[in-house]
Amino acid sequence: MSTLTAPTSRGPAAGDRRQPPTNRSRSGGQWMRRIPIQLLVAAGALAMIYPVLWMASSSLKPDSEIFSGSANLLPETFRWENYAEGWNGLREPFETFYLNSFIISALAVAGNLLTCSMAAYAFARLRFRMRALWFAVMLGTIMLPYHATLIPQYTLFYELGWVNSFLPLTVPKFLATDAFFIFLFVQFIRGIPKELDQAAQIDGAGPLRIYTTIIFPLLRPALVTGAIFTTIWTYNDFFSQLIYISDTALYTVPLALRMFLDTTGESAWGPMLAMSTLSLLPLVVMFVLFQRQIVEGISTTGLKG
Amino acid sequence: MTSLLTRRPAGAAPGAEPPGRRRRNAIHASEGRWGYLFLTPWLIGLVILTAGPMLVSLYYSFTDFSLLSSANWIGLDNYERMFTEDDRFLSSVAVTLTYVFVSVPLQLAFALLVAVLLNRAMRGVSAYRALYYLPSLLGGSVAIAVLWRQVFGREGVVNVVLRGLGWENPPTWIADPDFALWTLILLRVWEFGSPMVIFLAGLRQVPAEYYEAAHVDGATALQRFFKITLPIITPVIFLNAILQLIGAFQAFNSAFIVSGGTGGPSDSTLFYTLYIYIEGFTSFRMGYASALAWVLLAIIALFTAINFALSRFWVHYEDGGR
Repeated sequence: MSTLTAPTSRGPAAGDRRQPPTNRSRSGGQWMRRIPIQLLVAAGALAMIYPVLWMASSSLKPDSEIFSGSANLLPETFRWENYAEGWNGLREPFETFYLNSFIISALAVAGNLLTCSMAAYAFARLRFRMRALWFAVMLGTIMLPYHATLIPQYTLFYELGWVNSFLPLTVPKFLATDAFFIFLFVQFIRGIPKELDQAAQIDGAGPLRIYTTIIFPLLRPALVTGAIFTTIWTYNDFFSQLIYISDTALYTVPLALRMFLDTTGESAWGPMLAMSTLSLLPLVVMFVLFQRQIVEGISTTGLKG
Repeated sequence: MTSLLTRRPAGAAPGAEPPGRRRRNAIHASEGRWGYLFLTPWLIGLVILTAGPMLVSLYYSFTDFSLLSSANWIGLDNYERMFTEDDRFLSSVAVTLTYVFVSVPLQLAFALLVAVLLNRAMRGVSAYRALYYLPSLLGGSVAIAVLWRQVFGREGVVNVVLRGLGWENPPTWIADPDFALWTLILLRVWEFGSPMVIFLAGLRQVPAEYYEAAHVDGATALQRFFKITLPIITPVIFLNAILQLIGAFQAFNSAFIVSGGTGGPSDSTLFYTLYIYIEGFTSFRMGYASALAWVLLAIIALFTAINFALSRFWVHYEDGGR
C-alpha cells in the first residue's frame, strides 16, 4: 500500500510555503504545527479501519469473548476452529461458493471486455449511419437505474427457464450491458493514434484485423481497469444473485453469508465473522495488487469503487 | 459523416491519387456494415435487456401482473394506490429521502475534508490514502453489513462498550426504530473513500500559483481553502454529488442484511429498493413493483435535474463554462 498517487509538484506542497526559510523560528513553528495534523490523520485512519480490524480479530475469538466486550484487537484465546466451522457450516462447503463467485466473475469479465471493446471500437473508429444517435443512447443507459428493467428482465429469464442458473448473471455481460465500460474504452481508443489504423488499412487490413491486431492489444490498460471493476462489482453484487439463484449448490459468497446469518448467525458469531472476514480477502488482495488502476479508474471516470 | 470521402490517410499527398483509391472507397462503403457488426452484441442487449424491458415495465405498471397470473390492465390503479392507500410506500419514501439527504452531504463533507488533509507532502501519506479509501471498497459487501449487524446489535460490541462506560440501558440500535436507520447512514458515510479519491484528483488541478499569490497576500489556511480551493473544485463537488446521490437512492444490501430482509423494525429501514424487492419478489406483485420502479426513476431524475439546475448558482468553471 504505497503507491496511491504520490503528491505531484503542482498541488499539494504549493500551499505549504516552499520558499527558503528566511526565519528559523518560523519554519520550526511550521514543523510543530504539522504534528497535530499528522496525528489527526493517523487517528482518523485507525478509526476508519478499526471496524475491519475488529472483525478480523473477532473472527478468531470464542463467542463468549466477542460478547464479553473486549474491544481489544488481540484475542485472549485464539479459536481457529471458527474458520473450519464456518467453512463447513452450511449444506455446501464454502469452496463451492467461492468457486461459483469466481466463475460468475470470470464470465462477466470475459463478456464485458469482449463486447464492450467491440462496441467501443465501432463508436470510436468506424463510420456508420446513426452513429451519433446510438452513442447518445449508449451514454443515456449508463446512469439508468437497474430497477427500470428489473421485472421484465426477470420474467424474460423466467420464461427462458434460466432462473436458478448463472445465465441471467453472465449472458447480459456478453451483450455489453455495462455501458460504462464502452464509454471508458471509447475514451481510450480515441487516444490511440489513427495513423496505426491507416497504416494497416493501406496494407489491406479490414476493421476486423485492425480491431484484433491493433486496437484490442493497445487497449490493454483500459481492459485491465475494466476487468478489475467488473470483478469487484460482480464479486460484491448481492441483489441480482439474490433474485436469480435459489439452489444452495449455486450460491455465491454473499448469498452464503446471508444464509449463514439466517440459519446460525446469531448463535455462532465467531464462524459467521470468520467467513465474513475471509470473503473480504479477495477484495483486499485486488486492492493491494491493482491500487493504481483502481484509484485512476475512480478519479478519472467516477467509477464507483 | 459527410467528410468521409474527402478524408485522406495522413501522409498521402493530395492530388497524387494512389491507385488504391477505389479500394479505399470500398472500405469506406463497407465500414457501415462493419460498424453495425461490431455493435451487434450491444444492440441486441439494448433491445432485449434495456429498451424492451423498459417499455414492458411501463406497461406492467398499469397492470396487476404477477408471475403466477397474466396481466390485466388496471389503468392508474397502482399509482393511485401508492399515493393514497399504501403507508409502506410513504414510509419507504421518507426513509430513503432521509437516508440520501443525510448521508450524501456528510459523506461529501468528510471526503473533502480528508482529501484536503491528505493533499500534502506528509510521511506515509499514500498509506493513509489507502486506509481511508478501503472502507469504500469493502463497505457495500454483505460481509460488512453482517459486521454492522453484530456491532450495533442488542448485545453488540457498541453496547458492551457503552455498558462498560456505565450506561445501563443503551439503545438497541438496529432493533430500535429511532436508531436503526442512523446505523445505516453511518455505514454509508464511512464509505467516503471513493469521492475522496475524486476530490484528491480535483485538488491536484488547482494551480499552485494561486496559493503562492495568496500566500504573498498573507492569506490564512482557512482563507485559502474558502477563497481558492473551494470555488475551483466546485465542479468536482457537483460531480460527486450527482454520483453519490444516484448511488444512495439505489442502496439495498445494507438495509436488507441488517434488517433481515424486512426493512424493520417498524419499517424504519425500509429502503425504497427493498420495498420494490419485497413487493416484486416476495409478494410477487410485479405490476405494482414495476410502478414503484418507475416512481423511483422519476424521483432520481427529479433530484438529478434539481441538482443540475442549482449548479448554475454555485458551480464555478475555470474556463467560464463548458
